[in-house]
Amino acid sequence: MGLSGRYVIGGIGHTAFGKLPGRDTVSMNVEACRNALAEARIEKSVVDAVFVKVPSSAHQFMYGQKVAEALGIAPRMGGAWDQGGAANITLLSFAIMGIEAGQCDVALVCYADNPRTGNRAHFGRPRGDDAAYGWFSTAAGYAMIHRRHAIEYGTRPEDFAAVAIACRKHGAANPQAQLRAAIDLDKYMESPWVVDPLRKDDCALVSDGGAAMVVMSAKRARELGVPEPVPVLGFGHGQTSFELPQRATLTSTEAVRAGGTAFAMAGLQPKDIDVAQLYDCFTITVLMTLEDYGFCRKGEAGAFVADGAIEIGGRLPINTSGGLLSETGMPGLQLVMEGVRQMRGTAALQVPGAKTCLVSNQGGTMHTHATLILGA
Amino acid sequence: MDLPKPEPTDVSRPFWDALREGHLVFQRCACGHAFLPARRECPACLRPDPTWERASGKGRLVSWVVYHTAYHPAFEGRLPYNVALVELVEGPRLLTNIVDPNDALAGDAPVELKIEWEGETALSRFRLAAR
Repeated sequence: MGLSGRYVIGGIGHTAFGKLPGRDTVSMNVEACRNALAEARIEKSVVDAVFVKVPSSAHQFMYGQKVAEALGIAPRMGGAWDQGGAANITLLSFAIMGIEAGQCDVALVCYADNPRTGNRAHFGRPRGDDAAYGWFSTAAGYAMIHRRHAIEYGTRPEDFAAVAIACRKHGAANPQAQLRAAIDLDKYMESPWVVDPLRKDDCALVSDGGAAMVVMSAKRARELGVPEPVPVLGFGHGQTSFELPQRATLTSTEAVRAGGTAFAMAGLQPKDIDVAQLYDCFTITVLMTLEDYGFCRKGEAGAFVADGAIEIGGRLPINTSGGLLSETGMPGLQLVMEGVRQMRGTAALQVPGAKTCLVSNQGGTMHTHATLILGA
Repeated sequence: MDLPKPEPTDVSRPFWDALREGHLVFQRCACGHAFLPARRECPACLRPDPTWERASGKGRLVSWVVYHTAYHPAFEGRLPYNVALVELVEGPRLLTNIVDPNDALAGDAPVELKIEWEGETALSRFRLAAR
C-alpha cells in the first residue's frame, strides 16, 4: 500500500520576510511554528517530532534541540539537517516516514535564517585552494552552469530573463513579498553583472525570516479537526558530488531522480501538474528543472518559457507568490507554503481549478534536490 | 596584495610541488580511475594510495565565469578576470584561469597548460590552443 494521499500538511506559518534586525533564528523558528500550529488549530502538546533545517549562514551545534527547547517540546524524533535548500522537503519526507514507522505522530518542520541583517559571508566565501584562482561565492557555481547550458543548447539571455520576469511579476502581486517590483526585458538586460553571465536579476533575494509546517497523517488530521489539510501525493530526492568540477555533466540536475521518484509515488506525469513552485535561487535552476522534470525536452526550456507559459494563465504557472527571486530569498519552505495555498484555492494569484502542485527544493550549487507533489 | 595561498596537506602537497617543478599531475588508482583534487582514497573503488601521473597539459574549456566584483582585495586589480572549468584529456577536471582575453573564450575550446608564478606559489593556468 502506497503512502500517496495518506499524509497531509495540516498548517503553515511564517514570519515577515526581508530585514528583521535583532531577531535570532531560534526566535523566528518559534514564531513560524506558533503560526503554523494556530493555522492547523492544534495545540503543541500533540507535537512529538521537530525537524529543523539548519540556518545556512550560521551553523550551530545541536541546533534542533535548541529549537525544540524554545518550543517547549521534548520530541520523540527530529533534529537538524544540513542539506541546503533541499532540506525542507527532505524533512517532510523524514517526518512522514517516521510517522508511518510508528516513531512519532505529529511533526513540525521549520527553518529560519538571518543572512540579510546577520552574517552573509557564507555566500561569498572562498572555495578551498581554488581561491588562488579567484573562485569565490555561491553565485559563481551557478554562473558556470548557466554558461554551460548556453554553450550546449544555445539558451539566450531572453530565456533567462523570462524566468525573472515571471517570478517578479507574480511577486509584485503578493502583498507579503519582500520585493514587489515587476521588470521587463530591457530592465533585465541593464541589470548589473554579479558574476558574468549572471546578472543581478538572475539572483535570489537575501532575506531574514522563518517558516514552518505541521505534518501528520490524514487520519490524525481528521481526529484533530484540522480545518484545511493538504494531501501529499509524492516526494523524491537526489544528490550529487560536492565539488562542481567532479560532476560528469553541468547541465543535468538531481530533479531527474527526485522528480522521477515523486511522480512514480504520486502515479502522475508532468502533464498532470497544474501549477509548480520551482526553486529559483538563480534563473538557470528553473530552466534546468523544467527540462529535468519532463515539462519540456532537454535544451528546450528556453523555448518553453519564451511565450509566457510559466506566467498566470500559461501552460504551467510557476512561483505564483514570487519565488526566491521576489517573495523571499529564504530557501524552500515558502515554496511549499505557496503550493499549500494553491491547493486550498486561497493564493493571492490563484490558478483557477488547480488540483496538483509540484514543489521543487534545491540545495548548495545543485548538490541536493527534493521534489514534493501536493494535491487538492 | 598577495593572492589567497593554497594550503597543501600531506595528501595534496605532491600536486603543488609538481607545479613548482613545471608539471601538472593528477592521481590515478590501480583500478584505472584518474582524478583531482587529491584524496587518499579513490572515489571509484575506495582503494587507498593512488599514484601520481603527469598530465599532458592539454584539455578543453568546459565553462567559465567572469568576475566584475572582487570578493578578496587581491583580485581588485585583476578585474574583470575569469575562472574556468577545464577538463584534461586524461579525464580529471579542475578550476583554473585562462590567460587569454575574456572575449576570446569559447565553449569546448582546446586549451593547454601555462604554469604561472604568483609570489612563491606556482599555479596551473591555461591558454587557448590551436584547434
